Amino acid sequence: MTDAIIRFDKVVKRFGDLTVLDELDFEVKKGEKVSIIGPSGSGKSTVLRILMTLEGIDGGVVHVDGEPLWHELREGSLLPASEAHLRRMRSKLGMVFQQFNLFPHMTVMRNITEAPVKVLGLGKKEAQLRAEELLDLVGLADQAKKFPHQLSGGQQQRVGIARALAMRPSILLFDEPTSALDPELVGEVLTVIGRLAEEHDLTMLLVTHEMRFAREISDRVCFFDRGQIREEGTPDELFTDPSEERTREFLKAILD
Amino acid sequence: MHWSEYLLPLAEGAWVTVQLTVYSTILGGVLAFVFGIGKLSSNMAIKSVSVGYIELFRGTSLLVQLFWLYFALPLAGMAIGIDLRLPPVVAGVLALGLNIGAYGAEVVRGAIQSVHQNQREAARALNFTPRQTLFNIVIPQAIPEMMPSFGNLAVQNLKDTALVSLISLGDLTFRAEQIRNFTQDSTTIYTLLLLMYFGMALVVTVVMHLIERFAGRWRMVGS
Repeated sequence: MTDAIIRFDKVVKRFGDLTVLDELDFEVKKGEKVSIIGPSGSGKSTVLRILMTLEGIDGGVVHVDGEPLWHELREGSLLPASEAHLRRMRSKLGMVFQQFNLFPHMTVMRNITEAPVKVLGLGKKEAQLRAEELLDLVGLADQAKKFPHQLSGGQQQRVGIARALAMRPSILLFDEPTSALDPELVGEVLTVIGRLAEEHDLTMLLVTHEMRFAREISDRVCFFDRGQIREEGTPDELFTDPSEERTREFLKAILD
Repeated sequence: MHWSEYLLPLAEGAWVTVQLTVYSTILGGVLAFVFGIGKLSSNMAIKSVSVGYIELFRGTSLLVQLFWLYFALPLAGMAIGIDLRLPPVVAGVLALGLNIGAYGAEVVRGAIQSVHQNQREAARALNFTPRQTLFNIVIPQAIPEMMPSFGNLAVQNLKDTALVSLISLGDLTFRAEQIRNFTQDSTTIYTLLLLMYFGMALVVTVVMHLIERFAGRWRMVGS
């Protein structure tokens, strides 16, 4: 309980009449690599977007690193978080987007250094050195001067990963990082994510449709369905011997 | 009077027209950004002032605005004991700039809103402040979108400068009118006038196109 870096406590999220998260309870331990799988519209991405503070919540409490994310404790009661609180909490998290969301008017180098310089107040030289290391890590050391539109989708997503890492988050969120890629480019992105999972003590939360990959890198896999976790377990448990009928159906449909 | 003798006074008038166009377009550009961004503000006071300005100047005639600044404002000032007489050039630049700025503000607002939401989300995820997001992420991407409309507005503005001849400012149209009153040679003078406005409009178009290319130069790299 105490080593949970992320904890969802009966979290409710609605879009109009649609309940996307239905009193969700969910925990991730520090350093854990967790994959979230499940049908479209099951609320998987919403979990990440709530953590990244891109979507608010309608009920319950989300804890990150022991503190409420969307609330602040003031005079003994939980009140909606101020922008200052959100800013402080946000610095613990980084996100890799399905559509990459690189800044098209900036070079690869500036995409990675802009936030460290403007937000963290790093010197330009230091930010560039760090960016070079990160580009090396994602295998794009020679692409620093290019603009995003000059890169392939797989390369863009690797820049996206480097950009998120440049802010030194302790939790990294991947929102279907390979779903927008041509099939032949998926591998290079998964290789980078896999290496990160292996070599770093980052906490990683991955929403994906790449079942084999989820199985390889995850400590735990959660099957989401209709706003709740239907089933969770180690990759072996969940993939070889799912106990829930819904999980079996889903896995059968997606693996065939 | 041979037609070539018209050229010197017309050129003098054209110079006034060029100055009016440049100054009022710059003023209009500044106002467009201030009030275009203002209209998107979450601060109700700023938003109201911006909407008020845009609607007032889009909803009234430029000619009436010009007359109001030049003829009515000094009288209104006199009534409350302040000297609000404006030199014709100032009244002209103000009226033209305020007018074009109101149209430009809508262009700025539209272009800012057209920048994809996922850019703002990426900026938020990287913890940029709303102000940093606006000025470092959104506006640099919005400017190339604005430029074609700004180009049209600048040409429109050039043509609108002809109205200032009605407050006795010696612009191109005013000079042409003077020569015509003197020579009655309407065909030649108005033909020259058309050609000169057309030539200046071409220059404005080219200049705006160059600015557009500069502002969006990152789009061109490598393609």
